[in-house]
Amino acid sequence: METIGKSVYRKEAPDKVTGAAKYTADVQKPGMLHAKLVISPYAHARIKDIDISEARKMPGVRAVLTGQPTPLVGEEIRDRPPIAFGKVRYHGEPAAVVVADTPVQAQAAAERIRIAYEPLPVVNSPADALRKDAPLIHENLEQYEKGVMTYAEPNTNIASRIRIRKGDAAKGFSESDVIVENRISFAPSDHAAMETRCCVAEIAADGTVTIITSSQAPFMAKKIISAAFGVEIGKIVVHAPLVGGAYGGKSSVQWEIIGYLASKAVGGRPVKLDYTREEDLLTAPVHIGLDATVKLGCSKDGKLLAAEMVYLFDSGAYADKSPNLSRAGAVDCTGPYHIDHVSCDSLSVYTNHPYPSAFRGFAHSEVLFAFERTMDMLAAKLQMDPLALRRKNAIAPGHTTPTQVLLNTSNVGNLPRCLERLQELMNWEEGALIRLSDRKVRAKGISCIWKTSTIEPDASSGAVLLANPDGSINLVSGVVEIGTGTKTVLAQMLAEKLRMDVSRIHVKMEVDTQTTPEHWKTVASRGTFMAGRAVLAAAEDLIRQLKDIASRVLRCSPDDLEVGGERVFLRDDPKTGISIKDIAYGYTYPNGNAIGGQIIGRGNYILRHLTCLDPETGAGVPGPEWTVGAQGVVVEYDRRDHTYQILKAVSVIDIGNVLNAKAARGQVIGAMSMGLSFGGRETFEIDRNGIVLNPQLRTYRPLRFGEHPEYIVDFVETPQLDAPFGARGVGEHGLLGMPAALANALSLASGTDLNRLPLTPEFIWRTKRGTSHDSV
Amino acid sequence: MHPSSYGKIGLHLNINGEERTVTIRPADTLLDVLREHLGLTGSKPGCLNGDCGACTVIVGDLPMKSCLMLAVEAADHQVITIEGLNHAPIQQAFIEKFAFQCGYCTPGFIMNVHALINRHPQADCETVKEWLKSNICRCTGYTEIEEAVRSCLLP
Repeated sequence: METIGKSVYRKEAPDKVTGAAKYTADVQKPGMLHAKLVISPYAHARIKDIDISEARKMPGVRAVLTGQPTPLVGEEIRDRPPIAFGKVRYHGEPAAVVVADTPVQAQAAAERIRIAYEPLPVVNSPADALRKDAPLIHENLEQYEKGVMTYAEPNTNIASRIRIRKGDAAKGFSESDVIVENRISFAPSDHAAMETRCCVAEIAADGTVTIITSSQAPFMAKKIISAAFGVEIGKIVVHAPLVGGAYGGKSSVQWEIIGYLASKAVGGRPVKLDYTREEDLLTAPVHIGLDATVKLGCSKDGKLLAAEMVYLFDSGAYADKSPNLSRAGAVDCTGPYHIDHVSCDSLSVYTNHPYPSAFRGFAHSEVLFAFERTMDMLAAKLQMDPLALRRKNAIAPGHTTPTQVLLNTSNVGNLPRCLERLQELMNWEEGALIRLSDRKVRAKGISCIWKTSTIEPDASSGAVLLANPDGSINLVSGVVEIGTGTKTVLAQMLAEKLRMDVSRIHVKMEVDTQTTPEHWKTVASRGTFMAGRAVLAAAEDLIRQLKDIASRVLRCSPDDLEVGGERVFLRDDPKTGISIKDIAYGYTYPNGNAIGGQIIGRGNYILRHLTCLDPETGAGVPGPEWTVGAQGVVVEYDRRDHTYQILKAVSVIDIGNVLNAKAARGQVIGAMSMGLSFGGRETFEIDRNGIVLNPQLRTYRPLRFGEHPEYIVDFVETPQLDAPFGARGVGEHGLLGMPAALANALSLASGTDLNRLPLTPEFIWRTKRGTSHDSV
Repeated sequence: MHPSSYGKIGLHLNINGEERTVTIRPADTLLDVLREHLGLTGSKPGCLNGDCGACTVIVGDLPMKSCLMLAVEAADHQVITIEGLNHAPIQQAFIEKFAFQCGYCTPGFIMNVHALINRHPQADCETVKEWLKSNICRCTGYTEIEEAVRSCLLP
């Protein structure tokens, strides 16, 4: 292949290194006003009174907005007033909005708004939320409008419960020789994309709503605003320019709704709402927290027989995507192993924490941390090598998943091969724990990974190709360029299919929902698969039209023609043909007659055969394929002060087929970095009142330059037969096993089971001392 | 006192070799003035607190976080922003080494590295680390950025 597999530079690269690349916050419009939020300082409180009189009198103020009882918004459960009404349910919740001529004036006025709160008891963890005496966070859960895959339990704090019942867990445990049980827990954390969430909204005289937003889900923003406010859906145009990092955090619709309300309050004038870093961390959706128990049973030679899990996902104050997150955690609740008897209850539970959106991996790194920690504890109890235990139970074609999908050689990758490669790359034979000195040890930890993409069964993607009069092609797809380089990969696919130079394919970077075909959401590592299929279908359509018009000019059958090198030519006589540039806009005969017109190819793709899950057993087809992999971490650990350095991080992933070598490697390394950061250091510090103590990048600290380990990335290639060029999704997978592998390495190094995140030296010290995380 | 009654002042700045005149509030940061008054949106806001480095520009010959500096403080200095670089080697190196993904932190990193290369053309690993840990990249694993920097330093 000419273009596939090559490290083609990103199409938008020159713009990104010169400052020319435009993101939402760079937009300025004539007459644009600015909105500022007033956010709740409480995690749970009744709003007794809001006094906006002083704010209204401030210079430059054009509107002040407070909450209304309706409409409610939310993706899976409509439980959220866009601006709090009656009570606030999390620290950072929008409680009022000011619109003024300048950001400084808006901020000054926001500071004059007086809100009287009456604090309410706070629900501070999913486990607390399930206590019989726990305060109800949503008294009206029963009345809320809900999605079909959401199973809420009214009069409790349970937003959704997914049940997985495969085989007979009780029987599996009764036949087991060795059983371990483990509890893990971590608090919510954040995506912390470098670009904070931002939008510019306006409403034209004819009612057309235009929103420019830093979003992975412009098409969802259109749907949600239409449904909530009764705006005709065709009159909502959402633009998504380049997005400055997303990682799932920009797949929820929140700031756009507030921006729309702000513009409506000032007669439709353009209003920019640009979250501060503090608002981006607190107010905008976060990375989900989890409390979990995992119980595993196996034979004495290490054959897994039964698994029983309870996953309590921290849904925070509102449901939004959390019912889907608990569902995604349920469908792959075990990790990539063949187990006949599986029982899992996966709940999303309301608390008074900031609410979650998707986070790279969509509940998988979270569940794998719980499961893969327990696998290491099982290996220890068996006195078995943890890699050998995993190899013995590795999932393979012919096995079934927890939702009873039968796997074949296309819909699952080759996990045993990944484990073999990992074993070599980590020099596993030398041993997992090596003593370096009285203080220092070097330790290795591993984790297997898998993931399917549990997106909506009816999600679709479309593409349009427009021929230019010079023979080049414009490619239009609904995938948002969030940094993954997907649009460049789509151009590579098209170049390969049309056998032309990729530099002659022009990619439209910005998505706008009026002229761009829908791509459901740019999430779930589905860009190359779904949009790729759509592009290939559009290319077929384009080729058919090219051959049709060329066949008339060349006086032959279209079946005799081939397309390549920007020409259409006879298969058996390539010198006889016509350039695409001469037919791109139709063909003109010497006497002036013309035929055809601009060549426009179109294609779309919808995932096939996905099903809803059985509410009692979870049986069903949740996603199209499972990407698998094996990962490891090597740490050097100081036994005296519990500090450690991550020396190496290794990923072996079955990617199906590498489409762009350096871009794929970059995706995997970037995801690994994020996984190590989540596992090792990132968390919201939440006090007993539910207040987030560290909403700044000074106190919420992602990995920085120089703290990165050596990354080793290798790929296994087992093609997925129905994917474009066989490629499997890979945008998220590098992250999935990192927290578990790091915890396994540090548990070994410290000689203590470490079952919470993040793995800070202080936490390791507390665990070794046997005191809880919260007390001194 | 209301913000509108703060007196605005005229200010001469030298940005990317061009003399520019702006009328601003004395409290405006250099980042505000670059982005809102001069249309130079390549410098990015990320935290407005000096934590992320996305707004880094070069003032004199040192990288400065433009969110932490008042525009009036730049009055007697030459300011270079990402828009003022003209095919600097580090720009091409970032492309060739795949040293960015979303690109939002990229101008800040490039300005920081550009100043580093000019000041310490033979910088060792520790110096590079010392300089670059002031910027956050959330997409890459930093190794690609490290490769790009190394490719522009003298051996």
